[in-house]
Amino acid sequence: MQSEALTGGFTDPAVQSAHAFRRMMEAMARPGTLHEISGAEPPAPLSRAAAVVLLTLCDTDTPVYLAGAMDCTAVRNWLAFHTGAPLTGPSRCMFAVGTWPDLGPLSAYPIGTSEYPDRSATLIVECPELDASGATLTGPGIKDAAALSLPEIEAFQSNRTLFPLGLDFIFTNGRRLAALPRTTEVS
Amino acid sequence: MYVAVKGGERAIENAHAWLAEERRGDTDIAELSIAQIREQLSLAVNRVMAEGSLFDPDLAALAIKQARGDLIEAIFLIRAYRTTLPRFGTSTPVDTGAMACDRRISATFKDLPGGQVLGPTFDYTHRLLDFKLAADGEVPEAPARDAVPGDVPHVTDFLNREGLIEEAPHDDTPPPDLTREPLEMPADRALRLQALTRADEGFTLGLAYSTQRGYARNHAFVGELRIGSVPVEMEIPELGFAIEVGEVVLTECETVNQFKGSKTEPPQFTRGYGLVFGQTERKAISMALVDRALRWEELGEDNVGAPAQDAEFVLYHADNIQATGFLEHIKLPHYVDFQSELELVRKLRREAGADQVQEAAE
Amino acid sequence: MSAYNFAYLDEQTKRMIRRAILKGLAIPGYQVPFASREMPMPYGWGTGGVQVSAAVLTPEDTFKVIDQGSDDTTNAVSIRTFFERTAGVETTTTTSDASVIQTRHRIPEEPLQEGQILVYQVPIPEPLRFLEPRESETRKMHSLEEYGLMHVKLYEDISCHGHIATAYAYPVKVEGRYVMDPSPIPKFDNPKLGDMAAIQLFGAGREQRIYALPPYTEVVSLDFEDHPFEASKAEHACSLCGAEDSYLDEVIIDDAGGRMFVCSDSDYCESRQAAGHKGKDAA
Repeated sequence: MQSEALTGGFTDPAVQSAHAFRRMMEAMARPGTLHEISGAEPPAPLSRAAAVVLLTLCDTDTPVYLAGAMDCTAVRNWLAFHTGAPLTGPSRCMFAVGTWPDLGPLSAYPIGTSEYPDRSATLIVECPELDASGATLTGPGIKDAAALSLPEIEAFQSNRTLFPLGLDFIFTNGRRLAALPRTTEVS
Repeated sequence: MYVAVKGGERAIENAHAWLAEERRGDTDIAELSIAQIREQLSLAVNRVMAEGSLFDPDLAALAIKQARGDLIEAIFLIRAYRTTLPRFGTSTPVDTGAMACDRRISATFKDLPGGQVLGPTFDYTHRLLDFKLAADGEVPEAPARDAVPGDVPHVTDFLNREGLIEEAPHDDTPPPDLTREPLEMPADRALRLQALTRADEGFTLGLAYSTQRGYARNHAFVGELRIGSVPVEMEIPELGFAIEVGEVVLTECETVNQFKGSKTEPPQFTRGYGLVFGQTERKAISMALVDRALRWEELGEDNVGAPAQDAEFVLYHADNIQATGFLEHIKLPHYVDFQSELELVRKLRREAGADQVQEAAE
Repeated sequence: MSAYNFAYLDEQTKRMIRRAILKGLAIPGYQVPFASREMPMPYGWGTGGVQVSAAVLTPEDTFKVIDQGSDDTTNAVSIRTFFERTAGVETTTTTSDASVIQTRHRIPEEPLQEGQILVYQVPIPEPLRFLEPRESETRKMHSLEEYGLMHVKLYEDISCHGHIATAYAYPVKVEGRYVMDPSPIPKFDNPKLGDMAAIQLFGAGREQRIYALPPYTEVVSLDFEDHPFEASKAEHACSLCGAEDSYLDEVIIDDAGGRMFVCSDSDYCESRQAAGHKGKDAA
C-alpha cells in the first residue's frame, strides 16, 4: 500500500466529523443549500467534499460502490485504510460515489422496501460545477423554492415518483456540497 | 407569592450525597470489599454478569456494591459500561463438551458416561435458617477427589445416535448481534437465544413456568444440566490459528421435549436450549423451556396463543433494563401532558353538565 | 471524563446514528430503526434524545435542555450536566441563544429560527401502538398507508365524548404520507410542528427509532371536517408575565383549592417579566 493511502484522513475524528456532519445534515434538511466541508486530503479523482462525506458516514457496516474512474487503486486503498468500508457493486451498496455519467443507470441501486424505505442507497455525485442556479427545487426543507445546478432533471423527477422509496443524493465539487433527498420536486 | 421551582442542580447533588451515605450505611460496621462480594455473594455476581452480558466477576461485584445490592441497577451499570468497550474480535464458539464440570446432572437417565455430579447445589439442603452463619461463617473443607479426565459427552448425543431426537445441524452462519442491530421481527433462533440469555431471570422463569402449567406445554425433561468452565479461544489472523484467551463459567441446559412425527417421519424428541454465563441454573432451565415454546412454528405446532409462544411479546419485554427504565420514567414530571388532559376532561364535563341543565329546562 | 469520547458515544455509533438521521430527513415522518446503545441513564429518561444530541453536537454549539418547558426540572438539569461534562459545550436557558435544544414534552413558545435544531425525547414513537401492539403489524400498516384504524379511534372518541379525546401526543400526518407521533407534547404545540424554520429530530432510545422533520414541512394534525383540530390551553393569562398566548401549568397554591396558572416555558416567562410584562400575581 502506498503511503498516500495512509494520509489525508481526519486528524481529530470526533470533532471534524461532528462539523462535517452538521453541514451535511443542513444540506439534506435544506435541499439546494451549498455548504463547505473540509478535513480530508484524498487521492484523485476523489474530491475533498466527497472524501469528507465518506469519512463521516462510512465504516465496516456500509458497503460502498466506487463508480467508473473512482474505482482505482489509490481511492480503494485510501477508503479501505480510513473507513474499512467493504467495496461492492451498485445493487448492494449503501453509498456510491462517482461522476453522474459513471453512476448511471439509477435503476441499479437499492431504493428501499415499502416497510423499510430507509434501506436505500445514497449517491455521492462528483460534479464539474455546483452552484445555486439551474433546476428549481421545491418540497420539504425549502421555504419557497431553491435552485441547484443538477446534472439533469428527469432522473430526479422519476426518483420523486417512487416516494417513500427512492434514492438520496449528495452533490460534491471541491470542498462544496449540496444535497437532494427523494422528497424534492425538481423542475 | 408563587416562585417557580428552582435549584434542580442543588437538589440532585444533595440527593447523590445522601445516596452515597446510605449506601455505606453505619460506618461502625466494616465496609464490604469487592473480593467479599465476589466470593461470598457469587450467585448475585453471576446473575449480574449473565444479564449484564459481560463476564467479569470483579466488575459485577463492584456494580453490586455501588447499587446497594439492587441487582437490576447493578446489571444496568454493567450494561452501560459494556457499551463503551472496544471490540477486539469474536471468539470461536465455545465447546461445552470440553467443559470442566462442577455440576452435571441428567434427569432422563439414571446413570451415564461422565456420571451424575451434584456439585455445589442447594437442591437437597433443607431450607432451615442456619443460625450458625450469623455468628461464624467458617466451614470445614469439603471432601475432594481428582477430576475425571476427558470430555463429558452430551446426553442429546446419545439420543441423536439412535435418531431419537431431532437433528441440530451444524451452522456456521454468523449470528445477528442484538446489541449492535435493532431488534427486528421475525427473529431467528440465534437471535431469540441471544435475547433470552440476557433476559430478566424473573420474567423468563414466569414464562417457563406458564408453559409447564399448560400455556403451550411442551413436556420438558432436563436431558442435561451442566455447570463449569470452558476455555475461550480466538483466531489471531497473524498466527493463522486459535489461541486460548481466557475461560468463562457457563451453565448449559438441554431439554428433551415432546416428540413429534408424521406418516413419513417416525417420531422424534425435540430440543430446548439454555446457555447462560455463570452458575445460573434457574435461568438456564427457564431459557430452555421458553426457547422450546418459541420454536412452535419451525416444528409445525399449533400456536395456542400462549404468551411464551409469542416471540414479539417475549423479546420486546424480556429485557429488564428496558423495562425498568420505561416503568420508572413515569416518576418524571408529566404535568404538561397531564394539564392538557385536565383541560380536556374539564371541557367534556362542562359540556356534559350543560347538556343536563338544558335537558332539565326542556 | 477524558476516558470517554467527545459527546460520550464512540465514533462508530455516531456514524450509525448520523446515517439514520439523514434517512429520517429524506423520508419525513418515517421511523428509521437504529441500534440504540445502552446509555448511562435509564431507558425512558431521554436516551434517544441524548443519542441524537450526541450525534449532532459540535464543540461550538450552545445547548439548551427543557423538560415540561422548563430548564430547571431535574431531568433537564441532569441531561444538561451530562453534555457539559462529556462534550464541553456551552449551555444556556435562553431559547434564542441555543443552537441545539433537547426537549421533553414541549416546543418552546418563541419561534425557532434557521440554524437551530430541536431534539425531542420520544417514549413511544409508534402512533399506532395503542391501537395495535405488534410492531410487525404497525410496520405493515405504515407501508400500506393503512391508517383507517386511527381515524376510527378518533371518531369513536367523538361519538362517545363529543370531542377527540386525545390531549397530548396528538397524531399528525407528514407531507400527506406518514402518520407520526409528535412525542407527548400537548396538542397546543401541534401547530408549531409544521413549517418550522428549525430542523426537528426525534429520538426513541428504548424503541430504537429515529425520525425527523426537515424545515418547512407540511404537518397536519388528524381531524375531521365536522370536528376540526383545536389547539387548546387553560383559558387564563399567565399570573406572572400576563402572557395570553403561552401554554400554562396549573399550580395548586393552598389547601382550599386555590390555584394559579403560569407559563410552562420558563425562559419565555422570565424574558417577558424582564421586559416589564406583569401578570396579576407578579411581585
